[in-house]
Amino acid sequence: MEKRVTFKGWLLPLCLVLPQLLVSAVFFFYPAIQAVWQSLFIPDPFGLTSQFVGLENFQYLLSDKYYLASFFTTATFSILVTLVSMVPALFLAVMADRLLKGAATYRTLLIWPYAVAPAIAGVLWLFMFNTRVGIVSWYLGKLGYDWNHVLNGPEAMGLVVVASSWGRISYNFLFFFAALQAVPKSVIEAAAIDGARFWKRFFTIVLPLLSPTTFFLLVVNVVYSFFETFGVIHTITSGGPQQTTTILVYKVYSDGFVGQDLGSSAAQSVILLFLVGLLTILQFKYFEKRVHY
Amino acid sequence: MATADKSGMVESSGRKLWLTHLLMIIGVFFVFFPIWLAFVASTVTQADIVSPPMPVWPGGQMLENYKRALFAGVNVPVTTMLLNSLIMAIGIAAGKIIISLLSAFAIVYFRFPGRNVFFWMIFITLMLPVEVRIVPTYEVVAGFGMLNSYSGLIFPLIASATATFLFRQFYLTIPDELAEAARVDGARPMQFFFDIVLPMSRTNIAALFVILFIYGWNQYLWPLLITTDPEMNTIVMGIKQMFPSGDDTADWPVIMATSILAMIPPVIVVVSMQKLFIRGLMDSEK
Repeated sequence: MEKRVTFKGWLLPLCLVLPQLLVSAVFFFYPAIQAVWQSLFIPDPFGLTSQFVGLENFQYLLSDKYYLASFFTTATFSILVTLVSMVPALFLAVMADRLLKGAATYRTLLIWPYAVAPAIAGVLWLFMFNTRVGIVSWYLGKLGYDWNHVLNGPEAMGLVVVASSWGRISYNFLFFFAALQAVPKSVIEAAAIDGARFWKRFFTIVLPLLSPTTFFLLVVNVVYSFFETFGVIHTITSGGPQQTTTILVYKVYSDGFVGQDLGSSAAQSVILLFLVGLLTILQFKYFEKRVHY
Repeated sequence: MATADKSGMVESSGRKLWLTHLLMIIGVFFVFFPIWLAFVASTVTQADIVSPPMPVWPGGQMLENYKRALFAGVNVPVTTMLLNSLIMAIGIAAGKIIISLLSAFAIVYFRFPGRNVFFWMIFITLMLPVEVRIVPTYEVVAGFGMLNSYSGLIFPLIASATATFLFRQFYLTIPDELAEAARVDGARPMQFFFDIVLPMSRTNIAALFVILFIYGWNQYLWPLLITTDPEMNTIVMGIKQMFPSGDDTADWPVIMATSILAMIPPVIVVVSMQKLFIRGLMDSEK
């Protein structure tokens, strides 16, 4: 879509785009190109010179069992976060949609966690499951279950998944709720008159009508679990125990800043760039489809 | 059948709605519990917490704990971190909005050389989070001497294009007649921008501000990398720094008071501007 009525001149528009152009060039394009460039080099241990190694960093990464494990961890983590944040949200939205009175109040209460930063969410959940003072871990102990996410990999994964999904429930709830409110009531009533009960109506009519929203949320939540959960992992597990919660973004950080392995960290950034690219294309493909109907 | 139930004849007995309410309340309880527990922990003594199970009802230490957090803190008083967070969040929100209002105006209302190239450049920046390019971006910021500075906290995070796209979408819906009339009246482009476009964008600006404020406030990784000086810590990243290294017991009441303080500003923004917030959310994502 384009405007038919435009103003003349070229100097003014260039001045108008200049601020954004400068900021993007300096803090976006230059670093991104730099990442690609660095990924082709290995710096010497003192960081004084670096040696061109071509694709060796990538070859090394793809044969590194820790890196491959990190892919698997990321996949597990994002599937779980997507599920744990979407299913309860959908359930709550369906419940709220049935109510006329009170729905607004519940919505107000439910959007709170969205405003809580992932890193703070991490601290809150860490507090509940802390091995020494946590109230939940204490009660689990009373029930005979010895909770220790500091040593137990699957427990650590469970905890970061729940802490990451928690604030996301609010977000998904808002989108599902808005979509449910937009479902034409006449369709539902027709089905009701035909004798379809609530859950039957839900699975045969409502859920298919929600599929655009569901698909959109799937993509957005995967992107979230890839990139915005760093704070949760850093506060709760720091990638441990034995790297069982080291997702790809966390590895870029820990190899680049903690391990000072710049070539490998840059190569990992480049691989992530490709992943983001793929997800973006997916999102826009879907976006265009939506616009067309 | 005019019942209070909005789906008209579809629903259903009062007993069922009662069940729905009950399920909702259980859901809200579970979603809310972590916040409640943090609040309780911020009102009791350290002794109450380190001998589990901790109480689930607030104690009488609230004033002391918050005073200690705000004015003494662990590494640095929380008031300092709150101020840093506020400057960062407002800087990011205002910065992003200003540069994108202008560039979107140029893209929509002018035909200038390089326009398409520029458009694609923005498009590429759309979804690449700072997390992916941290090492080189850190080097750029360090090269400019912007470590431990507000500009170092703010600028790298305004280099993304969601806001530009949003304003472009909105400008495209402004009727052509308005620009035509302005041109016939001999108004200069910037006059048109300030008198017509900007006032019409008010709601969009506000909605976007809410979203970007929260985005900026909740940043973690970037401040963690570039603020090594505790005086420059933001509150969200500063909390992790309050945990002792090694085996010492954390000062839980102060840490939890800080957590509550860290979530108050974004929660107030979200809850009090709920309509704008939801609108901003749907606009900026779809």
